This record gives sequence, structure tokens and C-alpha cells, in this order.
Amino acid sequence: MAVETPPRAASVEDDVLDTEIAGLDALEIPRSEKSSLRSRLWGGTWPKLIAIGLVLSSWQAVVWSGWRPPYLLPGPVEVFETLFDAAATATFWQAILITMQRAAVGFALAIVIGTVIGFAVSRSKVLRSGVGSLITGLQSMPSIAWFPLAILLFRLSETAILFVVVIGAAPSIANGLITGIDHIPPLWMRAGKVLGARGFAAFRHIVLPGAMPGYVAGLKQGWAFAWRSLMAGELLVIIANRPSVGALLQFNRDQSDAAGLLAMMVVILAIGIAVDTVFGAADRAIRARRGLVDTAA
Amino acid sequence: MSDTTTIMAPREARPTAASPPETAITVTGVSKTYGDGRSAVLALDDVSVDIAAGEFMCLLGASGCGKSTLLNLIAGLYHVTDGTIDTAGRRSALMFQEPALFPWLTAAANVELALTLRGWSRRNARERALDLLARVRLDGFASKRPHELSGGMRQRVALARALAQDADILLMDEPFGALDAMTRDLLHDELERVWSDTGLTVVFVTHNVREAVRLGDRIAVLTSRPGRVARIYDVPLERPRRIESVEVTEITAAVTARLREEVARHGR
Ligand SMILES: Nc1ncnc2c1ncn2[C@@H]1O[C@H](COP(=O)(O)OP(=O)(O)OP(=O)(O)O)[C@@H](O)[C@H]1O
Ligand SMILES: [Mg+2]
Repeated sequence: MAVETPPRAASVEDDVLDTEIAGLDALEIPRSEKSSLRSRLWGGTWPKLIAIGLVLSSWQAVVWSGWRPPYLLPGPVEVFETLFDAAATATFWQAILITMQRAAVGFALAIVIGTVIGFAVSRSKVLRSGVGSLITGLQSMPSIAWFPLAILLFRLSETAILFVVVIGAAPSIANGLITGIDHIPPLWMRAGKVLGARGFAAFRHIVLPGAMPGYVAGLKQGWAFAWRSLMAGELLVIIANRPSVGALLQFNRDQSDAAGLLAMMVVILAIGIAVDTVFGAADRAIRARRGLVDTAA
Repeated sequence: MSDTTTIMAPREARPTAASPPETAITVTGVSKTYGDGRSAVLALDDVSVDIAAGEFMCLLGASGCGKSTLLNLIAGLYHVTDGTIDTAGRRSALMFQEPALFPWLTAAANVELALTLRGWSRRNARERALDLLARVRLDGFASKRPHELSGGMRQRVALARALAQDADILLMDEPFGALDAMTRDLLHDELERVWSDTGLTVVFVTHNVREAVRLGDRIAVLTSRPGRVARIYDVPLERPRRIESVEVTEITAAVTARLREEVARHGR
């Protein structure tokens, strides 16, 4: 197609028209006023601070009520003191590092496996009727039920933990992708076809981005399952010289160190919340990009 | 079934070559039924029409008479129930009735995708996309996402994307329905220019008789339920045309009068 524009007699007139149309177009677009980063951060933070405050004060209230003696149920002040002491030790950080490594490797593997299976199932009618409900069945199976088998197969090893993390997370990721693909408007697929997107190009440019909202929801759920499976695994499969968050939890219980135990629980909760926040932000960013967040009202 | 009617005398428009022009799209006895059993809808019934290479054909017809169906069939997105459609290996670009832009891509990236999918390099595609957006008067909006654009602007991005496909056949489904008169006139000029520069074959669906007369070499009128080609009008006007010109106005009046007659006859 020729790119040059042949000169035309009425170009001055056109220029005026262009300017007028540009003016009209500018009127049509609502001007977006971006609030400052500071006020947005604060807007997201204060409700969380209030929630944390409420939880801590009810915890303290239960302790003060004398329902259980303080050596069994210490108050938040003592627990956070224990946590800060622990944070000064190398073991604590090594444990977190090892746990996060396991989580990252397991989750990454689950993403690969879940995505491949999800895509295959969404494409093939036979696979869908055969494997579709199996995936949902696996998803609802408590991951702890896999451990006896995992320990039989892999003994008390990293592989046993990895196996259960992957099998806990992959079905959710596969299901999220399948749901996401099922909800792509057929018009987008037809538009892609007209543009010549076939095979892997169609997957990469239309199917995957089109399914992204469902996929991210699946990843988020998959992460929750991975994290749960990992904690269960670390309680059961304790490997010598490999400190982990779960192992420390178990160790504190064995020592009847209630404050240490609660401190580790706070750590587990904090990591879970932090990762969930990342997924929440990703989800919000995706929806905002696609105009699924009402910014004008 | 369909007869050709020339409204104004001699036809001087292209093509002037001695040999008859090549046919780009041959539609023969095409029927399309949606669904089956009791809920079946016969959208098109025994439609036959030949569209010459390089021709600008307008399709005119009431809502629901099967115009979009016909375009989707020509584009190869739907399967015919009966009959054949032959485009002799020509590639077609379809501009849908809805803009059908990808909401996760900016306006420029939507246009670029059409190019990169055909093997263009990123950088060249970027440049060409901006050029095409400028042609539809959207230079300032390249980095906006579809939801940040007005309805008419989205249609213009879709037009830029369809042009980026550089196909032999351009199928356009009511592309300018959501535009103000001023922008529409401008895009008529642009489309006519692109068409005459490139030898593109255009099939253009519209509800607007004047728009059809402004743009078309021929106008095919479809009847409703089931969709059939009722009549084909020649528009023997020289180009470039102007929508407010006397000739366009006269032919518009004549075609509209015929359409009224037709509707009245069906009503009886
Ligand atoms: N996917 C579908 N499934 C079932 N029926 C359909 C489908 N698409 C179109 N139809 C029916 O086919 C007929 C023709 O539809 P089509 O969209 O082609 O009309 P149109 O001429 O483009 O109308 P408009 O001018 O309103 O866009 C209508 O009666 C419609 O109900
Ligand atoms: Mg239509």
C-alpha cells in the first residue's frame, strides 16, 4: 500500500478541518487527574493499619482475660520481642531463604505444568471431558493427603516437598487458565484470525492476554495452595542442616516455646499477605489497563 | 434474479480496459442458516453476486438482513450452509461492526500487531502504525488504550488496523456509523484515496444511501428475511466525489425513491 500522500488542492481547508477535529477529539476524552503516589499509598495503608490494630488489641484482650496462662498464650508484645530477637540470628534468615527458595521453585514448576495442561485441555474436547473434572478433583484434594505417598516415593527429601507443592498448585493454575480462555469473547478470536494469528502466535498474542484475568486469578489461588502445601511439608519433612520456617515452627513446639511459635506464625502470615498483595496489585493493574475499573465515576 | 439498473446515463468510471475486469469475489448461490431445528434462522438465501477486482461495492439493506453475515462468510470466518464463495486466494481484511480492538493493547499496538503478525520488524511496524493512525487523524492518541477512546475513535483505530493488513480485499461493516459528519467526510476522502492508490477491492456495508452513493462503484440492495440481493445499482460518477455535490444528491434521491417503491411493494 502506498504510503505517500498525493498533494491535494484543498490542503489548507483540510488543515483547518484537521485542527477542528483534533479539537473535537480532545473534548471527547475525559481528562484524568492522577492523584499523587503519596496519597494513593496512604489511602491503601490506613485501612490495613486499623485492621492490624484491631487484631492485636483483641489478641491482647484474650490474654488479659486469663483464659490461658501466659506461658501458653503470650501477648503480642512478648511475641514481637521474640520475633525481633530471632531476626537477629542467622538461622532465622537462612530458614526464610530456604523456604522462599522452595516456594519459588515449586511455584514456578507448577506454573509451567499448570499452563501446559490448562492450554491443552482448553483446546481439546477429548482432554476436556477426560481430564477436566479430574483437575477440579485434584484441586479440592487436601495437599497433606499427598505426603504419605510423597514420603514413600521420595523419602524425607526436598523432592518430596517439591512434589506436593507442585501437585497442590498446578490444578488451580490450569483451571484458572481454562476459565480465562473459556471467557474470551469469540469476536477477539475472530479478529485475531482475520489478522493472521495462527498457532503459537495466536496463543501468545490473543489467547494468553485475553485469558489473563482468569489466569491471574488461578495463579493467585495456586500460590495460596502452594504456600499451604509447603508449610505442611516443612512440618512433616524436616531435613538435617536445612532450617526452614516450618522446621522452626515445629522446633518451637517441641521446646514448648509458645512465644517463638507465635512469632513464626506471624512470619508465615506476613509472607502470605505480602505475596497476595503482589497478585492483588497485578490483578488491579490488568483490570485498569482494560478499562474494567471505573475511573470516571 | 438480481438485475442491474443504471440510474444515470453513460458510465465513465473505471475500469476502462478493453478486457472485462477480473472477478475478485464470486458469490454463488450462498445460503446461511444459523442454528438448527426449530430455532434455525435463515440469514441469507441463495445470494449470488460478482465483485470485480478493484471495485468499490456498497451493500445496503435493513437491519438484520444478513449484511454482516455475508462479510463474515467472505472473510472465511463462517462456513456457508450452501453455495460457494471464491476469492481466488486473495487475502481479505475485515473491519467488524464492533471495533473489536484488543483492550490490553494501546491504539498503536493494536495496529502494530496486524503488521508484526505478517512478519514486519518491530521498529518498522511502529513507524507504519503511527503513519496509519495519522491517516485516520489519531496521531495524538497512539498511546491510549481502547477504553480511553470514544466510539468513533475506536472505529478509526480499527480502520487503521484493517489498512495495516495490506490485504487485497477490504471488507467494512458499517465502519463510519459512529462518526460525526465532519470526521466521516474526511475519512471518505481518505478511504477513496487509499482505494484508488492501491487497487484494493472494497465491500462496504452501510445504512446510509448517500454514503453508498458517495463511495460506491455499485450498490447492492439486500432484502430482509431471508436476505437476498434485490437489485444492483451502478453509480457512474467521476471521482473524487464530494458528498454534498449535486450529482451525489440526485442519485441518492433516485435510489431512495426506488427503495421506497421496493419496500412498498413488499408491504403489499
Ligand atoms: N451467531 C448468530 N447466531 C444466530 N443467529 C444469528 C447470528 N448472527 C446473526 N444471526 C441472525 O442472522 C440475521 C442476519 O444478521 P446480520 O448480523 O448478518 O444482520 P445485518 O444485516 O448485519 O444487520 P445490522 O444492519 O443490524 O448489523 C439476523 O436475523 C440475526 O438474528
Ligand atoms: Mg451487521
